[in-house]
Amino acid sequence: MTPRRSPALLALPAVTLGIVFFAWPMASIIATGIGADPGRIAGVLIKGSTLSTVWFTLWQAAASTVLTLLVGLPAAYAFSRFRFPGRALARVLVTIPFVLPTVVVAIAFLALIGPGGVLGVDLAGTVWAILAAHVFFNLAVVIRTVGGLWSHLDPRLEEAAASLGAKPWTVFRTITLPLLRPSITAAGAIVFLFSFTSFGIALLLGAPHLTTIEVEIYRSAALVFDLPAAAVLALVQVIGVTAGLIIYARHQERSGIGQHLLPAAATAQRPVGRQRWLVTAAVGTPLAISVVPIAVIIWRVLTAGGGIGLGSVRALGAVDPSVVDVTSAIGNSLQFAVIACTLTLLVALPAAVVIASRRSGMGRWLDTLLMLPIGSSAVTLGFGFVVALDAPVDLRAWWGLVPIAHTLVAMPFVIRGTVPVIRSIGPSLRQAASVLGAAPGRVWRTIDLPMLTPAAAGAAALAFVISLGEFGATLFVARPGGKTMTVAIFSLFRRPGPTNLSAAFALSLLLVVVTGVVVALLERMRAPGLGSF
Amino acid sequence: MKRIALLLAIVLVVAACADDSDPATVRLLTHDFFAVTDELLAQFANETGIEVEIIRGGDAGIVINQAILAGGNPVADVLFGVDTTLLSRTIAAGLFEPYRSNVGRGFVEEYGTAGGSVTPIDFGDVCLNYDTISLPNPPTSLEELTDERFRGMLVVPDPTISSPGLAFLLATIDRFGETGPYTWRDYWTNLRANDVEIVADWGTAYYSSFSATGTGSRPIVVSYASSPPAEVLFSDPPIERATTAVIEDGCFRQVEYAGVLRGSRNQDAARQLIDFMLAVPFQESVPSSMFVFPVNPAAMLPEVFIANSVVPSDPASIDPATIEQNRERWLTEWIDTVLR
Repeated sequence: MTPRRSPALLALPAVTLGIVFFAWPMASIIATGIGADPGRIAGVLIKGSTLSTVWFTLWQAAASTVLTLLVGLPAAYAFSRFRFPGRALARVLVTIPFVLPTVVVAIAFLALIGPGGVLGVDLAGTVWAILAAHVFFNLAVVIRTVGGLWSHLDPRLEEAAASLGAKPWTVFRTITLPLLRPSITAAGAIVFLFSFTSFGIALLLGAPHLTTIEVEIYRSAALVFDLPAAAVLALVQVIGVTAGLIIYARHQERSGIGQHLLPAAATAQRPVGRQRWLVTAAVGTPLAISVVPIAVIIWRVLTAGGGIGLGSVRALGAVDPSVVDVTSAIGNSLQFAVIACTLTLLVALPAAVVIASRRSGMGRWLDTLLMLPIGSSAVTLGFGFVVALDAPVDLRAWWGLVPIAHTLVAMPFVIRGTVPVIRSIGPSLRQAASVLGAAPGRVWRTIDLPMLTPAAAGAAALAFVISLGEFGATLFVARPGGKTMTVAIFSLFRRPGPTNLSAAFALSLLLVVVTGVVVALLERMRAPGLGSF
Repeated sequence: MKRIALLLAIVLVVAACADDSDPATVRLLTHDFFAVTDELLAQFANETGIEVEIIRGGDAGIVINQAILAGGNPVADVLFGVDTTLLSRTIAAGLFEPYRSNVGRGFVEEYGTAGGSVTPIDFGDVCLNYDTISLPNPPTSLEELTDERFRGMLVVPDPTISSPGLAFLLATIDRFGETGPYTWRDYWTNLRANDVEIVADWGTAYYSSFSATGTGSRPIVVSYASSPPAEVLFSDPPIERATTAVIEDGCFRQVEYAGVLRGSRNQDAARQLIDFMLAVPFQESVPSSMFVFPVNPAAMLPEVFIANSVVPSDPASIDPATIEQNRERWLTEWIDTVLR
């Protein structure tokens, strides 16, 4: 029997939000920019520097994705198939980088692999620094998305193949890989999108000749104010991302394999013998990549002002509130995060219900299109708000734009995290409830909602930390009132004076700690069913 | 459907509340580095009955370009943060209502007002800083930077992205000119041959490559004349003197302007805010809150600025209209000379 189709209307809030606060502003600014000088399109496109920028953007994003998968997949395997001491803590640690502001990461990386760096090699201004930072940022995406599915795969399939004489590699290639493919492509697509639109990392760790499309858009939009050029580049980016997403959606549709999933606890075991080395290496590598830059931040906080001490914390307290109001920044960040998190749940969960009930066609398209904002130019969107949101009501300097922008970024993750859980709720339960006379609304309340709650709570926590760490979109939106933590860190980092730098690091550490606590809570209430992110 | 109607209603109500043109509130659009104390804002509210709402939006360039895009329907009443390199663009776009403040009479002309369209509020000099410990004998002129002695010592933020980087490029264009036997392009060819390092932004140059404040090994950096006093003012434990100092040659003066936005529904309050920004209390706060110098000669400088800073006697400056006409070409030529 075909599963009940949820009314498409449930997706309307998410779609409305996406149209009003993403598609419409984006289309308006691109139209304005290109309309100002249509003759420029060809000129911008065939310029040698544009071609090399597009090429660099593509290949560094592809390389970042491959590298992240290479480090992340073994870790996803180890995390999902083995129980070992410190597993929960390690999962928290590899997740923190995902939400760190790029400014802080860039400084931590420069302290490690920049001029005079701790590791003794100067990779600043090379593509290696950019790739390393992208891997650092995105490992969590692969480990959590792929690990989420891997931990529920039935190991007996693999055991059966092995007992029939297949070598481990053959088992992996013919059994495990096909089963994992949807989650690997999903994780790969997100990593690719993030790396494709990389701004802060490419700007601060790259060299002037190594620029991504997003950096070129910033360059055209900030000092030069060549709006037509910025618009053409933004259009190239949107077309590129849309094309990528369409290919991804087609692939997802073909590669989906119906399978029997087991609870994670039933598939994990203690590593024995050689497996111990395997697990150590698989977990140790991403752990080192994640922890070392965070350790640099901690080290900088502790050694500010010469000796070991809490000078940075003092510095944070001593920052002149007129320059950067640290207390209000923390308050603002938390407030925006609560709003973004609530809003994300309100709009993304109904959309997830629609997507879950339609495996192909509209559900897939909705899922794909809602990913578009994370692969789009934040600078351009900021300009788009200015030209598009002045009528019928003037929303251009409305405080709500920031949490709404955060919601657009968090939505795809919440949808990814809850759709598999909704799908895993067997139709028989719902049918039983209906037979007993429950109206559809009541069925949803008494059957779906309780089963969905853990996944929804996890998704909420994720939306919360995404909002807390969001920087690009926040910076380019005209914001009334104070700064968020990430913008405050950026402001402090732009001021001379040792205590300002110390305070920037101390505030970053605070962000790490808050993120760590929220991610740890997220770990605790992880869905007993699925929960890919 | 009800839910969507509700959502829409909430958005509209909240937006309607946000969209007030209350004469008792003036909206100030500015960049993320603008800073003002609550006491000053309270003082302004006491004197005039007007509350200031500050709207920030990233770098000066982004904020100004957003303001130009908004056209005659501005998001605020006053814009602060237009600097010398961006001034002509705002004038060409007709961004401001002319206003000549009585408070500034006698001293604003020295900094330019673009025919009364804008009001200068502060100025700062972009200057080379050097590490006084590792480089006891610094270069004393721009020319010396191409000497073998200073090979591999200079780090510059990318002028196509960074505002101080652009200011330094303009200083070299002002000095060496566009024509003649030795142009600014020849100078940069020599700097390149002398291993100049280009990084994306000021923060990376100052906190990473610069030997005095970063982990790097380059003892000369493009920064501000106000950077050494900031090193003293913001040190823990306290220090007497900065370990960085300013090279007085090759500085470029950036003036920051404010203006009443065309289409502002609250022009009277906007003018009062500009008067307030020119008066002594606000002017005396700008050195320690924004690391810039007051334009009002009656404002006293903090002690630490007098002891550690210099106001270069003859900084370079280029007419904003000339900058606007040539910026793109200069940047393209700079890229061809230094990066290709």
